[in-house]
Amino acid sequence: MLFSGKKKLLAVLGTMVVSTMLFAGCGGNSADNNAKSASSDLKGKVSASGSTALLPLLKPAQEAFEKDHKDVTVNIAGGGSFTGMNQVAEGAVDIGDSDVFLPEEYKGKGLVDHKVVVEPFVFITNKDNKVSNLSTDQIVGILTGKITNWKEVGGADKAITLIHRAKSSGSRATISSVILKGKQFTDNASIQDSNGAVLKGVASTPGAIGYVDAPYADKTVKVLALNGVPYSAQAIIDGKYPVYGYGHMYTKGQPKGAVKAFIDYVMSPGFQDKYVEKLGFIPVSKMKK
Amino acid sequence: MEKDFMHQRKLIYDRYVRYLFIACAALMTIIIFSIIFFVGKQGLMTFHDVSPIEFFFADKWNPLIHKYGALSFIIGSIVVTLLAIVLGTPLGLLGAVFMSKISPRRLRNIMRPAVDLYVAIPSVVYGYIGLTVLVPLVRKIFHVNMGYGVFVTSVILAVMILPTIISISEDALNGVPKPLEEASLALGATYWQTLYRVIIPSAAPGILTAIVLAMARAIGETMAVQMVIGNTPLIPKGLFTPTSTLTSNIVIEMGNTPFGSTWGNALFLMALVLLVVSLLMILIIRRIGARRYT
Repeated sequence: MLFSGKKKLLAVLGTMVVSTMLFAGCGGNSADNNAKSASSDLKGKVSASGSTALLPLLKPAQEAFEKDHKDVTVNIAGGGSFTGMNQVAEGAVDIGDSDVFLPEEYKGKGLVDHKVVVEPFVFITNKDNKVSNLSTDQIVGILTGKITNWKEVGGADKAITLIHRAKSSGSRATISSVILKGKQFTDNASIQDSNGAVLKGVASTPGAIGYVDAPYADKTVKVLALNGVPYSAQAIIDGKYPVYGYGHMYTKGQPKGAVKAFIDYVMSPGFQDKYVEKLGFIPVSKMKK
Repeated sequence: MEKDFMHQRKLIYDRYVRYLFIACAALMTIIIFSIIFFVGKQGLMTFHDVSPIEFFFADKWNPLIHKYGALSFIIGSIVVTLLAIVLGTPLGLLGAVFMSKISPRRLRNIMRPAVDLYVAIPSVVYGYIGLTVLVPLVRKIFHVNMGYGVFVTSVILAVMILPTIISISEDALNGVPKPLEEASLALGATYWQTLYRVIIPSAAPGILTAIVLAMARAIGETMAVQMVIGNTPLIPKGLFTPTSTLTSNIVIEMGNTPFGSTWGNALFLMALVLLVVSLLMILIIRRIGARRYT
């Protein structure tokens, strides 16, 4: 009895050792294709700053990654998309998180783009609003200030109040390029500096319309369908609902060592399947193009 | 011997403590001048790309198509500040008169610390209350579209500047020599006449200082303003239309603006404008203060 008990213990211990080695091996391989195979070889610090939209995604990634790699410290800060791109271009951080593709003035600085996630956007209105679907043309009319009353798009006789983001916002840049395609937003709008503030403004202002990252839209507002297509992750994947941007992680030159391991981890199926959809984003791998 | 040694040591303390003071004063001066220099240099670089006339006198703000007219922000700042003063000064002044001259001592002992508590409330809380209570209220009472805008902002700022006005005015009122008051009463003036003909005029320089300091506070306030003003880069057409101030636009755009770009520099230039305005106000205060003693 005693002997078999010991044997069991040994077996359990053995399995644990082997599986640890396996895990370590996997981590090491994805981190570094060279002969080094144990995760404990991975050392150093990874610093990232930028997009606040990506923060809820990167925080769990940081925690899980640090658990796997005890000798690596990952620091993630917000600050905004342009701050992130600025700091990585200057070499102040290893990774610059951003919601936008590199603007002209950053090209030629050797930044490498890693698209890690798809960020869907939805148009939201106040709950009192009767309209539940808008065509792209109607939305363009509203955003440019040509349509100013809900009755022009089949709603009640009520003035339209546009509540959206500042000119420097990545979300605004995405909407501008996806929907407006070169036309200018009207200045006659209330500007809020975060998704949460836009949501709150739209929820409490009758006749208001705005846009937020899809994960933010909750029961306090009404999510509009676009061209008859209600928002869903599947609609984005199928290309029927075109309002989305990419979450980018920029590095200066090709990433190495711990930085590469961290980006690989964020893009790994394990992480993307576990967190990305739960947080309302869409895994990059699912996009059909 | 022993005594001599002790004395020597005290002299040494004296000398070195003096150096410590000089060092601290020098450091303070260096810090403030480097801030002014940095903000100034960064801000003035805007004029490489934007003419001062466009910046100060055009109201079209759209950095994405290189329009840098900051007039609407300047006007927004001035309008909300003045309106806040108009709303807040009478209230604060009457409060100060009450606390200094009318209220029983015991009540005053409760009110003074209560007034000081205003300052301890973070401005984001003022903004949040404005957003959740005042904005919907204004929308209901005045039947306007949004409720964000000049009026709500001014009301919140008026509350925020109250402690400045009350404390400084009260000190000024307390500083009025007692014989003045007694002489007025002895001449047969009622207490009310004494108050507004004698006491308040003699405290006027202090009260003016309070108002100017309150203006400096109001024009520089950022967080609460940003939350309720609407941040529309347009010149306000009325009390209930949203607009922007210098501070609210800086806080909204600074985080996502590339440092060193024309856009970023223009935001620093707005900061410089605020700095210069505050500096002017301090100069005004010093003039008022000087007049008081000559």
